[in-house]
Amino acid sequence: MEKFLSFDDIKKSLENRETDCKAIVNYYLQNIQTKAHLNAFVEVYKDSALEQASKVDEKISSGKAGKLAGMVIGIKDVLVYQDHESNASSKILKGFKSQFTSTAVQRLIDEDAIIIGRLNCDEFGMGSSNENSAHGKVLNAADEERVPGGSSGGSAVAVQANLCTVSLGTDTGGSVRQPAAFTGLVGIKPTYSRVSRWGLIAYASSFDTIGVFSRNVPDNALVMEVMAGPDNFDSTVSRKAVPHYSELLHFDKRAKVAYLTETIESPALQEEIKSNTVAVLDKLKEEGHQVEEVHFPLLKYVLPTYYILTTAEASSNLSRFDGVKYGYRTPNAHNLESMYKKTRSEGFGEEVKRRIMLGTFVLSASYYDAYFTKAQRVRRLIKEFTEDLLTKYDYIIMPTTPTTAFKFGEHSNDPVAMYLEDLFTVQASVSGVPSISIPNGKDKKGLPIGLQVMANSFKEAELYAFAKYLTDINSNS
Amino acid sequence: MLSAKIKDKYELVVGLEVHAQLLTKSKMYATDSTEFGNMPNTQVSVLTLGHPGTLPKVNRRAVEFAIKMGLACNSTITRKNIFARKNYFYPDLPKGYQITQDKGPICVGGEVPVTLSDGSKRSIALTRIHMEEDAGKSMHLAGEVDTLVDFNRAGVPLIEIVSEPDIRSSEEAYAYLVEIKKLVKYLDICDGNMEEGSLRCDANISVMLKGAKEYGKKVEVKNMNSFRNVARAIEHEFERQVAMVEEGVEIISETRTFDAATGLTASMRTKEDLNDYRYFPEPDLSPVVVSEEWLESIKVAMPSLPRELHHKFVNEFGLPEYDAGVLTDSKEIARYFEKLCKKTKNYKAASNWMMGPVKSYLNELTLHIEDFPVTPEQLAALIALIDEGKVNFSVASQKIYPELLKNANKSPLQIAQELNLIQESDEGSLKPIVESVLAENEAKVAEYKSGKKGLMGMFMGQVMKKSQGKADPKVATKLLSEILDN
Repeated sequence: MEKFLSFDDIKKSLENRETDCKAIVNYYLQNIQTKAHLNAFVEVYKDSALEQASKVDEKISSGKAGKLAGMVIGIKDVLVYQDHESNASSKILKGFKSQFTSTAVQRLIDEDAIIIGRLNCDEFGMGSSNENSAHGKVLNAADEERVPGGSSGGSAVAVQANLCTVSLGTDTGGSVRQPAAFTGLVGIKPTYSRVSRWGLIAYASSFDTIGVFSRNVPDNALVMEVMAGPDNFDSTVSRKAVPHYSELLHFDKRAKVAYLTETIESPALQEEIKSNTVAVLDKLKEEGHQVEEVHFPLLKYVLPTYYILTTAEASSNLSRFDGVKYGYRTPNAHNLESMYKKTRSEGFGEEVKRRIMLGTFVLSASYYDAYFTKAQRVRRLIKEFTEDLLTKYDYIIMPTTPTTAFKFGEHSNDPVAMYLEDLFTVQASVSGVPSISIPNGKDKKGLPIGLQVMANSFKEAELYAFAKYLTDINSNS
Repeated sequence: MLSAKIKDKYELVVGLEVHAQLLTKSKMYATDSTEFGNMPNTQVSVLTLGHPGTLPKVNRRAVEFAIKMGLACNSTITRKNIFARKNYFYPDLPKGYQITQDKGPICVGGEVPVTLSDGSKRSIALTRIHMEEDAGKSMHLAGEVDTLVDFNRAGVPLIEIVSEPDIRSSEEAYAYLVEIKKLVKYLDICDGNMEEGSLRCDANISVMLKGAKEYGKKVEVKNMNSFRNVARAIEHEFERQVAMVEEGVEIISETRTFDAATGLTASMRTKEDLNDYRYFPEPDLSPVVVSEEWLESIKVAMPSLPRELHHKFVNEFGLPEYDAGVLTDSKEIARYFEKLCKKTKNYKAASNWMMGPVKSYLNELTLHIEDFPVTPEQLAALIALIDEGKVNFSVASQKIYPELLKNANKSPLQIAQELNLIQESDEGSLKPIVESVLAENEAKVAEYKSGKKGLMGMFMGQVMKKSQGKADPKVATKLLSEILDN
C-alpha cells in the first residue's frame, strides 16, 4: 500500500505516534530497492539517513523538531553535500567528494529534513530526457519505455514512484518543470536569485535555479520557503525577505490571466495538451476570472537566445574540469596539452561537448557580436516583454511542454528536436520570473500533461496560491 | 649599432602595463590568507581551487585600494563595476578563467606626472586601472619529472595600471615606474617589490618616423624584473625595431621575452598563436556599486600624496625643488620631515639635517626612518640650539648628534651642557681670553696691524682653542676687531 503521499500525511502519522522517522526512511528505502530498475537514485545514503532519522525522532519527542521533521528528500546530483560524492552525472567528476554543503540542502537539514540520497540527471543539467547521464537513463514510472524528462529526471521519478517525499532539482531552461509535467508532479522554478546557488554545480550561472518536485502544492511551497533567501556565499542572491509561502495558499481574488497565442496555437503542440489547457482557461472564465489572449511575437527567438547564452556560460563554467585538481584525469596523457584534451574528451559526454563547443564558438572574437551580444539584447527584450505582461496580468498560463513523455532514443539523433522540448519553459528562464508546472490530466496513452503558470519576479506566494487554486478547480485531473 | 643620425629620424612609442599585488589580508574573491612565503597549497579553500558549486565574493578592501590608486592618479572612478571572465587553460588557473574587468574598469583615464633628470616635467596619461586576481605558480623542482602547482597565490588581488602609448624614452618609462612605485607605497596598497613580483611590468613598444600619424606595429615585452631592465629592454627594442624598419623588414606583432643577462629580447609567441580570451560579463558576481558615501569615506582617508607634499615643501616651506624631491622620495621620510617642521620654522636647516646627518646615519646602518632613534622634537631642539647661538653646526653635528643617537632619552641641551659645549657669547667672560691670546702673540699683532689682515683667522683659532670650542664666533670676532682695529 502506498503511504506518505504528502507531508501532511507524514506529520499526522508522526503526531498520532503511528510511525516515526526511522520507519518512514525504511519505507522509502524499501521502495527504492523495489524500484531500483527505474535508476532514479545514483546513491542512497542509507546509513546517514537512518542516523539522521533517529536524531529527528529524538528531537520530535523532546518537542524541538524543525518544520521539515519527517520529510525525506532526495537531491539532484548537481547539489553538493559535504563528504558525499557529487558527479553532476558526469564521468569527469568521478570520485569527487565535496568539502562543503550547498546552502539549499543545508537549510533543509537545519529544519530536520532527512536527505536520503542523490538523484540521477542529465550530465551537468544538460538535456531534456535524462538520457545524457554517466549513470545511465532513468525510466518514467508512468511508462517505463519513456523518458522522465530532463535534466532533473531522477528527481522527478523519485517523487513519482514514491521513493522520497519531495526532491530537489535544478532548472536552467525547464529542467524541473518539464520532467514534472512528464511525471505528473508539481515542479517549480523560482525567480532567478531567489535561492542561493552556493553548492550548485553550475551549468549556466545567470539562468540556474534550484527547484522542488512534490506531489502537491503545499509541500512544494514549504520546502521553497525554507530554502529561499539571502545568503552570504552568493553575491547574486536576492536580499528580499521570503514570505511564508505555505501559509499564504488561500486564493480568493479575481485573477487577470493571459495566455499566449503562439504557445496555444503552436503547430508542435500535441492535441490533448492543447485541449486540456483550453479547458483550464475556460474553467477560469467560468469562475469569473479575466482571461485574455495575448500575442508573443518573440517566442521564436526564445530558444536561440537561451542556447547561445547558456552554452556561452557553460563553456566557461566547465573549464575548471581539466584533470589538474580533482575528478577524472586521463591515464593516457604524455604532455599538458594531451592531458587537457584527453581528460575532457574522455570525461565529458556528447551533449556537454556539443554545448561547450557551441558556447566557445559564440564567445569567439569573430562571432561575439553576431551571437553573444545580440542574444544578450534579445534576452533583455524578452525579459521586458514578459515582465511588462506580468504587470498587466497576474499570471501567464501555457502548456509546460509541447508533447507528453516521448520514447527513449526518439530524439537522440536530432539535438534540435530535443531542444524544442524546452520551447515553452525557456521564456521564464530567459526572463528570470518564477514558473510552476502542475498536473493537468493525461493524454490518450495515459501519460501526464503539465500546465505551466508564470508570475512576476518574486511573486512565488501568489504563484503557489493560484497553482493550488487551479489544482482544486481542475476537472482534468 | 645604428648611427645617432638614423635613430634621430625615429620616435619611440611605449605603453606600460603594471600589475600591482594588493596588500589585502585576504584574496580578491575568497577569504584565504594572502600571506607570502608559506608552505605550498596551505592557503587554498574550495573557492581558490575552483571546486564545483563555489561562487566568488568581491573583497571590498581590494576595491578600496583600486579606488585609492585611481584617486591618486586623477582617474574617473566607475560607479557600477562589472567583472568579466578571461578564459584560458593553464594549470595555475584553477577555474579555467580569471575574474578581471573588461569593459568598465574601476578607474578610467588619469595621469602620472614624472620629472626627468634635466628637471623637465611630463604627465603620462593612463588608459585605465582595473581589478583582477592573480594565478597560482607552476613549479619545476629539481629531480621532479612532473610540474607541480602551488595555488597559494591564486586569487591574490591585483590592479593592472595601463598607460596610454604616451612614453617616449626609456628614461620616461623608468621615471614613470618610480612614480608608480612611490604612489602605491604612499597609499599602502602594495609593497612595490619588483624582485618578489608584487610589482610586475610588461611593455608595449613600437617605433615610427618622427611626425608620423600612425603608430608602428607594437611588440609586447615581458619578464623584466627590475625598473632598470624595463629601460634596457626598451632601449634594445628601439634599436632592433629601427634597424628592421631601415632594412625594410616588417615588424610583426608578437610577445617577446627579455633576457637580463644579454640585454636582448627574444620571440615568445606571435599574435596568431595568442589566445582568444572570450571575455564576457561574470555572471557569478553582482555588480559592485561605489556609492557617494563610500567614495567620500575613501577620499577622506587618503594620505598626502608625494606631489602634494612636494608642492607644500616648495611653496610653503620655501625649499628648493631638489630638497622637496629628496624629502618626498619615501612616505616615511616625508612624514618625519612634516613632523619636524611642526616643531621648527627653520625649514631649510631642517631639510639640510634630513638630507645630511639623518640620511647618512640611515644609509650607513641601512635603517629605515621608522627605526631612527631621534624624534622630530629632539632634532628640532638641536636646530634651535644652533639658531639661538648656543652651539654651532659643527659642534651640533659632530658632538651632540652622535651622543643623541646613543642616548635618545636625553635632550640636545642636556647633552650640550653635560659635554660643556654651550657657546660662550658673554663679552665679559670672553674678553680676558681674547686679551690673553693677543698678549701671547705680540709679534703677530704687529704684523696684523701692518696690514696682514689674514692673521685674523689664526687669532680666532687660538680663541676657540683656549675656550675649548665654546666661544661664539660672532662675539669673538667682534672683540678681536675692537682691540686690533683700534
